[in-house]
Amino acid sequence: MSAEAGRPAADGHYVNQAPWNPEEEAPLSPALEAWYMASQWKIIWWKLKRHRLAVISGGVLAVFYLSILVSEFLAPYALDTRHTSHIYAPPQRVHLFRDGEFVGPFVHGYSFKLNLETMSREYTENPDDVQPIRFFCRGDPYRFWGMIESDLHLMCAAEGGTLFLLGTDRLGRDMLSRIIYGARISLTVGLVGISISFLLGIVIGGIAGYYGGWIDNVINRIIEIFQSFPQLPLWMALSAALPPNWSPLLIYFGITIILGLVDWTGLARAVRSKLLSLREEDFCTAARLMGASPGRIIARHLLPSFMSHLIASATLAIPGMILGETALSFLNLGLRAPIVSWGVLLNEAQNINVVSLYPWLMLPAVPVILVVLCFQFFGDGLRDAADPYK
Amino acid sequence: MLGYVVRRIIVMIPTLFAISAISFAIIQLPPGDYLTTLLMEAQSRGGEGGYDLGYINYLKERYALDRTVFEQYFFWLGNVLQGDFGYSLEYRAPVTEIVGDRLFLTVVVAFATTLFIWIVAFPIGIYSAVNQYRFGDYALTFLGFLGFAVPNFLLALLLLYYANVWFGTSIGGLMDPQFVDQPMSWEKFLSVLEHLWIPVIVIGTSGTAAMIRRLRANLLDELQKQYYLTAIAKGLPPRRALVKYPVRMVLNPFISDLGNILPDLISGATIVSIVLGLQTTGPLFLSALQSQDMYMAGSFVLWLSVLTVIGVLISDLLLALLDPRIRLGEGAAR
Repeated sequence: MSAEAGRPAADGHYVNQAPWNPEEEAPLSPALEAWYMASQWKIIWWKLKRHRLAVISGGVLAVFYLSILVSEFLAPYALDTRHTSHIYAPPQRVHLFRDGEFVGPFVHGYSFKLNLETMSREYTENPDDVQPIRFFCRGDPYRFWGMIESDLHLMCAAEGGTLFLLGTDRLGRDMLSRIIYGARISLTVGLVGISISFLLGIVIGGIAGYYGGWIDNVINRIIEIFQSFPQLPLWMALSAALPPNWSPLLIYFGITIILGLVDWTGLARAVRSKLLSLREEDFCTAARLMGASPGRIIARHLLPSFMSHLIASATLAIPGMILGETALSFLNLGLRAPIVSWGVLLNEAQNINVVSLYPWLMLPAVPVILVVLCFQFFGDGLRDAADPYK
Repeated sequence: MLGYVVRRIIVMIPTLFAISAISFAIIQLPPGDYLTTLLMEAQSRGGEGGYDLGYINYLKERYALDRTVFEQYFFWLGNVLQGDFGYSLEYRAPVTEIVGDRLFLTVVVAFATTLFIWIVAFPIGIYSAVNQYRFGDYALTFLGFLGFAVPNFLLALLLLYYANVWFGTSIGGLMDPQFVDQPMSWEKFLSVLEHLWIPVIVIGTSGTAAMIRRLRANLLDELQKQYYLTAIAKGLPPRRALVKYPVRMVLNPFISDLGNILPDLISGATIVSIVLGLQTTGPLFLSALQSQDMYMAGSFVLWLSVLTVIGVLISDLLLALLDPRIRLGEGAAR
């Protein structure tokens, strides 16, 4: 159809002479433009931010992980300070008001009585004994990260008083301090373990998925075999085989390696199935035709396109490892004293007497549950956000 | 169908072979072998304790302990195939004798837990998917996550304690004490049933959570497909449209997931039975590990894995029975 705006071209077709400006056709709103221009990770971040629970969980996790940087400062007592006069002392409650008047946080001192009939220690709060909590105070000396000498604590007991917010254990050690220190081990076990399993999963799954054929078949069989082992018994058997004369630190690394070695199969499967479909894509063929080596194609072109997925599934695998360490230590097969992890602490809570007499010894389970829950929610949110273009 | 079954069983053979090799590696892992331990034990008691040199030589010959590791492995494998799993140091008896019906009880617990998971997870998963992002979905999701997050052994301890406080009964063990080591009878069976629910709940919680999540995700996918829309658009009552088509579709992963949760179940059963003192394989396994009674421990790993493989086989066969695509498609879908 001819229009007034242009004149017919030589062959009779209509040609619009005005310069073409694509932005006139469908003007981008600034928000939409930002979305188009943003990198994949940025969009993932935006999507993740909309998932409330995931953000909150991520924040809680961040706090936990930051706390292990300054455990010594946060803990009111040093790891092994024993209070022999306060064995199995119950938690002290923090009060703010005294006789209806605000006096700041304080605890009541214990009055202690040995019950000769039941042969048990009985602690009761002594309402006349007011012990205000001190903040940023000098307490047990410690070596910060094993290097810098200091004795500064976030909070400590009043002069001559006690501060056992979560009670004490059978040697009179403060549970709160031990839980804070235990976080160091318990939280890093999962990270180190997942790094190992991540590496194994990507390399092995990558090889299987990229080459396909009989290599894929063999690797698949191996994965199937690994997956038919019940995880916990295998962990138990392997950690029981760790030499007893190893130092606690070596045991720690041994345990993390075992956790990682048994766990890589799920990730390898995920990598494999993604690679199998991606390697048929044009960009992969192009890279191959240009002479890129398989390692480079996998690492530079294929992996980045689903890295977000991998990170999400790795996040979801960490809680399993934390629980695994807890279970192993609980059974005395994992970490051993003097290394303190939440599982080692729970080891004390093994029998039914503890539950009825000293229930606060089970408190290390609370951070375990909290951290595992947070990892679940965070990983869930991450997984939903991982594919932002969907 | 028969062809599928045969093929599936043949595929199992190399798997079993590899499992036996890994189990044997575990037996060999700790430094030294158990004869050296035996010898040292005998020496520390001044050569007494029933272990004369002749007996040790007999054991050495019987388990080929003076040969290379490879020879030992095949020797052990040969023995295993004949039902001789080795010798327990701790109990001073062949492993097979000690274990008796413990393995059977493990199977019973695992089976009951599977049923429990199915019965609980199925309705909840469907409800969660149909009411996505409503309050009920959130609440159930949270409960599910919580079930996963609470360490199994802690749950067991708490249940043990509160059952005692509230009901005044001791629920430890898997049967009343008088039935332990008794042959199976109707009374014993009832007693086992009475005690079974605690371990089943404890072990089942984490598996249920995972199952609910997966069922929900699968059903959500199905609910977006055209056939469901068509069914609704054609005026089928929503409930009928749901049950007849999408739910039937998600039944498949439900059964094939059995293979995924079974190792978890056995794992969970191991630790829970240690806390609860069940007469399953768990406590024996732990004590074998602690005393480095490696033939015993290795046999347990072997058995537990074989149990899992058989469980996976059963789930695959069930799946084939249910889904003609797998049965007729030469298993190409897998």
